[in-house]
Amino acid sequence: MTTATDPRRTLRHRDVALIWARHNLFRSRLDALLTLVLGAIGLYLTFRFLRFVFINARWEIIGVNLKLLLVGRWPVAHLLRIAVSITVLAFWGGIFVGLIRARQVRRGFADLDLIGWQRIGDLSRRFGLLIATMLLVLALATTVGPWLVALGLFIAVLLGRMVGFKLGSVPLSTPLVRLSTLVLVITPFVVFLYLVDAVPFAEWEGFLFNVTAAGAGIILCFPLGILLALGRRSKLPLLRSLSVAYIEFVRGAPLYVLLLMANVSLEFFVPPWIAPSKPLRAVVTFTLFTAAYVAEIVRGGLQSVPHGQEEAAKALGLSPYRQITRIVLPQALRNVIPAQIGQFISLFKDTTLAGLALGILDLLTAGQAVTQQDAYRGQGLIIESLLFVAFLFWVGSFTMSRESQRLERKLGVGVR
Amino acid sequence: MTTQQAGARPPLWRDVRILSWVFQLVVFAVVAAVVYWLINNYRMNTASSGIPTNFEFLTGPSSFGIPGSDFDQNQPVHSAFVIGVLNTLRISVVGVILATALGILIGIGRLSTNWVVNKVSAIYVEVIRNLPLLVIVVFTFLGVVFQVLPRIENAWKPLELLVVSNRGIGVPWYQGNSGGMLLLLAMFGAFGWWLIARWRRIVSERTGEPPRSGFIGAAFLILTLVIGWFIFGFGVTLPEVDGRQIVGGIRIDPSYFAVLISLVIYTASHIAEIVRGSIQAVPRGQGEAASALALGPFQRMWNVVLPQAMRIAIPPLGNQYLNLIKNSSLGAGFAYFELTAVTQITVGNGSPAVPAFALALAFYVVISLVTSALVNVANRRFALVER
Repeated sequence: MTTATDPRRTLRHRDVALIWARHNLFRSRLDALLTLVLGAIGLYLTFRFLRFVFINARWEIIGVNLKLLLVGRWPVAHLLRIAVSITVLAFWGGIFVGLIRARQVRRGFADLDLIGWQRIGDLSRRFGLLIATMLLVLALATTVGPWLVALGLFIAVLLGRMVGFKLGSVPLSTPLVRLSTLVLVITPFVVFLYLVDAVPFAEWEGFLFNVTAAGAGIILCFPLGILLALGRRSKLPLLRSLSVAYIEFVRGAPLYVLLLMANVSLEFFVPPWIAPSKPLRAVVTFTLFTAAYVAEIVRGGLQSVPHGQEEAAKALGLSPYRQITRIVLPQALRNVIPAQIGQFISLFKDTTLAGLALGILDLLTAGQAVTQQDAYRGQGLIIESLLFVAFLFWVGSFTMSRESQRLERKLGVGVR
Repeated sequence: MTTQQAGARPPLWRDVRILSWVFQLVVFAVVAAVVYWLINNYRMNTASSGIPTNFEFLTGPSSFGIPGSDFDQNQPVHSAFVIGVLNTLRISVVGVILATALGILIGIGRLSTNWVVNKVSAIYVEVIRNLPLLVIVVFTFLGVVFQVLPRIENAWKPLELLVVSNRGIGVPWYQGNSGGMLLLLAMFGAFGWWLIARWRRIVSERTGEPPRSGFIGAAFLILTLVIGWFIFGFGVTLPEVDGRQIVGGIRIDPSYFAVLISLVIYTASHIAEIVRGSIQAVPRGQGEAASALALGPFQRMWNVVLPQAMRIAIPPLGNQYLNLIKNSSLGAGFAYFELTAVTQITVGNGSPAVPAFALALAFYVVISLVTSALVNVANRRFALVER
């Protein structure tokens, strides 16, 4: 300090750290107290948690029961079908990613400045957790099969992305576009039929049930949700009151009670020859329940479309049907994609209720059941098993909510 | 759409007014047909299996008891429903209050300049918000209550005031019938607090001295309770372990404890996000103006920023309260006897399922409607008066 150099030069790392600490940790006496108390509690809990996870926990209960947790009592002979299905779906998802990317490039607002390592860094920030989870589950696996599936998945996603990018970049003839759209739309249904062909939906269990029930619920509720939203917005009094009554009733009822009702009283409302299985009851309830919430989301989207759009469509002489399907709905639905993802996350988490209400062996129920096996009963392994269950749900919801926030920023919802 | 000359009426099949009514009637007819089909199925199915469709089961004996209350199996089903509704309200009201307090704290914490507070709040929100509520309840019920809390034989007794065990938590409580008197005193004290607050505000506006109404009012309330204590001689019972149960004091049921804690933890993470968003929505100038007036950080938050943020937060907060009330139905899976549990048990004991569940749903819808009406009233009361 005695030499008359640039004062900034004399700022050493230790000083920087001290200044940072004074600003961010010890700004006032209360701050200092909070820092010390919360810091101590936080460090202690982190220490306990890490010690448990890496030293004390007995993870073999998960490794042994991995198949039971993920796909329930699915016959081993048909496990290959699941591997094929998720590979196809990975390819399918990759195509969408490639299509979106091609569209961004075409319109010139792709984040093309991310190249090489930057891009890899971005991707690993976004999906690193998901990949790490997959590796973790794989590490618990006792056979080589899951590793091959994971490798296949990886290749399928990359291939799908390349194909999608090509499809989106080259101009295609209209029939070809229609054909590929059709193929893309029916792929999930074909995959579903392929799986149902081996094991009926009534016997789907484990994490497979949670994922498919949430996916089926959100897809099936969509038409009803849009109709309800349009009904609630319409000027026709009869339609409006019907929609309002349905939406408000369902939104006032707890999902758990509706599931219990579906368990014991659905058979009273259908003819005896329809005997819905438990997973089917769950999906029907999810569909009817989520439709009311989706209706409110879509209604918000409809309100975000300026009135001029509808008036312009009217002025062009479009029929009321076309005004809605060609002009209003596409803009409205684009605006509500993030909210839709939020609804999907909440449904994904709520699928655990079906396990408790209907007695389906879903991931959470299976997680509790494995601690009652002869080899593990009475050893207090519930924490291990619940941590694994919670971690799978958490990674799924967290990744999806991150991506939806990203999408929200990209779409610029609420910015315009 | 139409090429008709002005003034001339279009033909009937192109008249919008008629078409819209035809369309509505068609939709209505379809809905009515579906509903009729369902009801008809219900009538036929119940008739063929001899299941009653009316509400007479409500007056019959319940044939089950509710632990923790004096309800036994000879009392009618409808009193079980009353207890169920009361238990739902008991967990919901306490849950809403605790979740709001915790949520506001964590929401403010997420915006704190203190790095530790900021990170701890962020981790809390991101972890809890992305977990299924049911996983949290199972964790607190099976993981915490039955593994961390001690068995009754070696219960924790901090200061001999509490008894903590996995058969319940004993808390000191007022003895016998003095609770009603205490409530009256507390109401009197609260009324006094309110009067003092008004008086101090008038004084403050006239003379400019600080109102300090919170301090004086709280002192009055405590004084009222302490004087009342000496005059009426309230007794207090301390919880004790007697054999395999807790006697004296008031016992908090482990199921109630687990479900309440989970509901609070889960809902608070959502409320924290709402509070954070609302605070960020308050114009920065407000906080800066408060600092310029030399208000401390606490006063700035509590007197200037938070009141304006809560105004924005009321509608989404109301949604979270509704969610909490509906989520309290999970108590049924963990032996907490709220409305859903009572319905499930009475159906299991032979009451007809459809009327019983319809009744439960009706209760929930009414509770939800009343709550959202209250939220609307609060919203209107606190909304910015636009001139």
